[in-house]
Amino acid sequence: MGFNIYDFSGMTHNMHLWFLERMSPTATTIVEWTVIGVSYMLFVALFGLFLVYAERKVCAAFQQRLGPMRVGLWGLLQTIADFIKLLMKELIMPKSADKFLYNLAPFIVMIATFLAMAVLPFAKGLQTLDFDIGIFYVTAVSSVGVIGILLAGWSSNNKYSLIGAMRSGAQILSYELSVSLSLVTIIILAGSMQLSVVVESQRDWWFLFKGHISSVIAFVIFLIAGTAETNRGPFDLAEAESELTAGFHTEYSGIKFAFFFLAEYINMFIVAAMATTVFLGGWMPLHFGQLESFNHVMDFIPPLVWFFMKVCGVIFLIMWFKWTFPRLRVDQILTLEWKYLLPINLVNILLMCLVVLTKFHL
Amino acid sequence: MSETKEIIISSDKIHTDQYLVNMGPQHPSTHGVLRLLVRLEGEIVHHIQPHVGYIHSGIEKMCESLSYPQVIHLTDRMDYLSAHMNNEAVCLCVENALQVEVPDRVKYIRTIMDELTRLASHQLWWCVMGMDLGALTTFFYGLRDREHILDIFEETCGARMTLNYSVPGGVMFDIHPNFQKRVKEFITEFRKKLPEYDELLTGNVIFQERTNDIGYLSLEDAIAWGVTGPSGRGSGFSCDVRKHNPYSAYPLVQFEEKLDTKGDSFARYRLRIEEMHESLHIIEQLIDNIPEGDYAVKMKGVVKLPEGEFYQRVESARGEFGVYIVSDGKKNPYRVKFRSPGFSNLFALNKMAAGHKIADLVAIMSTLDLVIPDIDR
Repeated sequence: MGFNIYDFSGMTHNMHLWFLERMSPTATTIVEWTVIGVSYMLFVALFGLFLVYAERKVCAAFQQRLGPMRVGLWGLLQTIADFIKLLMKELIMPKSADKFLYNLAPFIVMIATFLAMAVLPFAKGLQTLDFDIGIFYVTAVSSVGVIGILLAGWSSNNKYSLIGAMRSGAQILSYELSVSLSLVTIIILAGSMQLSVVVESQRDWWFLFKGHISSVIAFVIFLIAGTAETNRGPFDLAEAESELTAGFHTEYSGIKFAFFFLAEYINMFIVAAMATTVFLGGWMPLHFGQLESFNHVMDFIPPLVWFFMKVCGVIFLIMWFKWTFPRLRVDQILTLEWKYLLPINLVNILLMCLVVLTKFHL
Repeated sequence: MSETKEIIISSDKIHTDQYLVNMGPQHPSTHGVLRLLVRLEGEIVHHIQPHVGYIHSGIEKMCESLSYPQVIHLTDRMDYLSAHMNNEAVCLCVENALQVEVPDRVKYIRTIMDELTRLASHQLWWCVMGMDLGALTTFFYGLRDREHILDIFEETCGARMTLNYSVPGGVMFDIHPNFQKRVKEFITEFRKKLPEYDELLTGNVIFQERTNDIGYLSLEDAIAWGVTGPSGRGSGFSCDVRKHNPYSAYPLVQFEEKLDTKGDSFARYRLRIEEMHESLHIIEQLIDNIPEGDYAVKMKGVVKLPEGEFYQRVESARGEFGVYIVSDGKKNPYRVKFRSPGFSNLFALNKMAAGHKIADLVAIMSTLDLVIPDIDR
C-alpha cells in the first residue's frame, strides 16, 4: 500500500487508484467521502477522550493531587466510563423550550468544529482539503459555532442560559477580530493563505523565529484570543460554574451535553493546531536555517509525531492558563479586546509589513 | 471602575426592562442555602433582597429546653467554621454569670484554639474566594494547609471542626502531649506556604481587577449596618472585640488590629490575609508559655445561672459574635439569643453591590465570608 510514515501522499494516491479500479468515479468519490468522514469522527472521538483525560490529569497535577486513578490502569478508562454514563442519561428538555432550536444547537456547534478540522495539515500528504484561502476559511467557519451557542441559550427558555449565551456571543465575536488579525500578520510573512504553502515555507525557520518580534507578539495575541474563542481558561464566564451554574448549556443533559463538551475540547485542539501550523511550523521538524546536520537529525522524527507534539505542547499551555488564573468579568474581557489587543494587533501588522518590505527577517 | 457606580437608564432610545433573577437556595457560590432575589438590568444589579431561613433549625428555641453544656454543643453548628469561638462565648457567659475564675492554663488553651480556628476559617475562606472567581486551584491549596490544623484538633479534641471542647469552668480534657510540638511545626510550615497564597491570588492582575474598587462600603455605612469583623475593618471600623473587650488570654498577647480605609473588596481580602499572619504571631507568643495547672475548675453537677440577663461577646472569624442569656434561675435558660455577625454583614450586601455586575456580586459575597447556618440559626 505504499505506507511511508514520512509522506502519506503515496499511500493516499494508491488508495484512490485502488478504489477507481473497482468502481465508477462517482462511487469512488462517495466511498472516499465516507471513509474520510468516518475517520474524522473516530479521530474526534478518540482525541476528545484523550484530551478530557489529559485535562483531568494536568489539572490534578497543578492542584497537587492525582486525578482519576481507579477506573482502569491510572484512570485511563475514566473518560470512556464518563461518556457511557452521558449516553445513558435521560434527555430532559424544559417544557417551554423551543424544540427545534433546542435540538439543533449542539449539532451546529459540532458542524462548525468538523468544518474547521477539514483543512488542517496533519502530516505531509495528510490534508483533506487544501484551499488557496485556507486560513481565511478556518476563521470564517469557526464563526458558525457562535450561532450554536446563541441558539442553545435562547431556546432553553432560562434566564441564566440567556445571560450566558449573550456574554459568550459578545466575547466570541470580539475575539474573532484578534484571531483574524494575528493570522493576517502571518499571511503577510508567508505570502499566501494556503495552509500547505504556509507549512512548506517554514522549512528553514518556523515563522515564530522567522518574524522574530512581530511573530512573537502575534503568537501571544493568537493564544489569548484563541482561548477566548473557545470559552476556555480565564475567559470562561459563559459557563462560569460559580455564577451561572453552566451558562448556555445548563438545560442540556446526556448526549447533547456531551456534544457541547466534546466540541469545546476539539475547538481547543483546532486553536492549538492553527497555532502550530501557522507559527510553529505545522508538521515541519525544527530546522535551524542551513545547519544541515542538525536538520537531518530532526528529520528522523516523523512529521505526524512533530505535529502532535507541538499541538500537545500548546494545549498544555492553554490548560495551564485555565487552572492558574481567576476569571475575567465580561466587561473586562471586552475591554481587553477592544482597547488593548486590537490596537496592538494593528500596530503589529504595520510592523510585520516593515519587516517583510525591508527583508529584516531570517 | 468607579464609572459603574452611576446607573444610567437609557429611556429615550431603547426601552430596557429590569428583570428578577433568583440566585436560588441551590447555588454554587452562595456558600450555603441562601436565596438572593436580584433585580437586574442587563448585567447591572439594581437591588438585592436576601431571603434567609432555608436552614433555620430553631437553635435558639431548642436551647430553652437544654442544659448549659448541651447549649454549647449546639453552638458548634451555627457558625461551624468558628466553632470554638462560639463555644467559648457561651462558656464565658456562664462563667461570668456564676463569677467563676478559670485557671490561666485554660485561658491559654482556649486562646490558642481560638486562633487556630480563625486560621482554619480564613484558609477555607481563601480557597472558596479563589474558586468563586474562577481560580479553581486555590481550593486545593487552602484545603491542603487546613488539613494540618484539623489533624491537630482531632488529636486533642476528638473532632475536626465542631470541637465542643470548652465547658463552663474549663476545657473538656487536657491538651494532648503532642499538641505543642505539632502546633509549632504547623506554624513554621504555614509561614512558608502563606507567600504562595499571595503569589497565586493577591498579586494576580486579573484578581486585582476583579476586586479593586468593587463593593465599596463607607465607614458610616459599616457602623450603621453593624458590619463587624474583617468586613467592617476593611472600611476603617475599629471593632475588634479582642482589643476593645479582651477576654481569655488576649490581654497578655501583643498583636495589632489591622484597619484599612479603602472599603473595597480588595481591602477586605487583604485584611483577612493579614489576620492570618497575626494569628500565627499570637499562637507563637502563647504556645511555649502554657502555664501548668488544672484544665478545669470543679463545677456543680447541674449548672444553674442566677436570675438575670447576661451578655458576652467574642471575636469570631466573621465578626462580633454575641451570646445573650436570660435566666430565671432554673437549669435551662429562659431565652438564649445569639448575635450573629453574618446576619448584619449580609444585609449590607445591597449597599455594596448595587450598581455593579453579577460577577461582582459573587466576588463581593465572597469577601463577606458568609456562613449561612450562622445567619439562620
